[in-house]
Amino acid sequence: MSDMDEMEDGSGIVKKFMFLNRKAPHGTVYALEGLEVVLITAAFDQDVSMVFTDDGIYQLMKGIDTKGIEVKDFSRTYRALEGYDIEKLYVDQASLDARGLTEDDLIVDVTVLSVDEMANLMVEQDVVISF
Amino acid sequence: MEFGILVNEGPYTHQASDTAYLFARTAIEKGHKVPRVFFYHDGVNNSTRLATPPQDDRNVNSRWSKLAEEHAVDLVVCVAAAQRRGINDDVLAPGFRISGLGQLVEMGIQHDRLVTFGD
Repeated sequence: MSDMDEMEDGSGIVKKFMFLNRKAPHGTVYALEGLEVVLITAAFDQDVSMVFTDDGIYQLMKGIDTKGIEVKDFSRTYRALEGYDIEKLYVDQASLDARGLTEDDLIVDVTVLSVDEMANLMVEQDVVISF
Repeated sequence: MEFGILVNEGPYTHQASDTAYLFARTAIEKGHKVPRVFFYHDGVNNSTRLATPPQDDRNVNSRWSKLAEEHAVDLVVCVAAAQRRGINDDVLAPGFRISGLGQLVEMGIQHDRLVTFGD
């Protein structure tokens, strides 16, 4: 695959990449295709953080079943992130509250942050990509 | 400054591609560099040469081609997103090439800024 070839001529530079997931897992393709970018970025040995905010927190919900809408269920990919050394997962407290959800409703371990804490984390990043 | 640009929406339905183009053109006019634009999600639909919009409207796709020709901007279309949407080398407009997501990550690593245009 072409992506694999490209990874070999890396410059050795490690930047902080934050992926901001704002949309529900289904209904649009952003979450699914966004996840591909996250995995490739980790394969380039970059410092990856994922943030789930707004409807994006539904991507991590327990009990997702896509049979009824006949689309691919990719929610198990989030469980596999650890295997790609992607361990910095952050969830916006206000987004959880607004939807009546808690950490217990999510399929992976996350760090819950306030809006201010999230803002501070964003300032530290080199690259922020929003899906 | 070197800007990398990510376009996540197709032409016409959404303003993202227009805004990205105007941003890129203006940045170059102001003396900045835009070495590469990466097209992802429905953004890959900007790369087809088969689009024939009405003559009294802008041609979003060919405008990108012209920018590439005049300023050596590398227009890269994500292969996986393109294959999903029926975009291949046979329909590609001048200046565009199909490659992997690694080209997007590379922009983030190498350029001073990565600017996303999308929903």
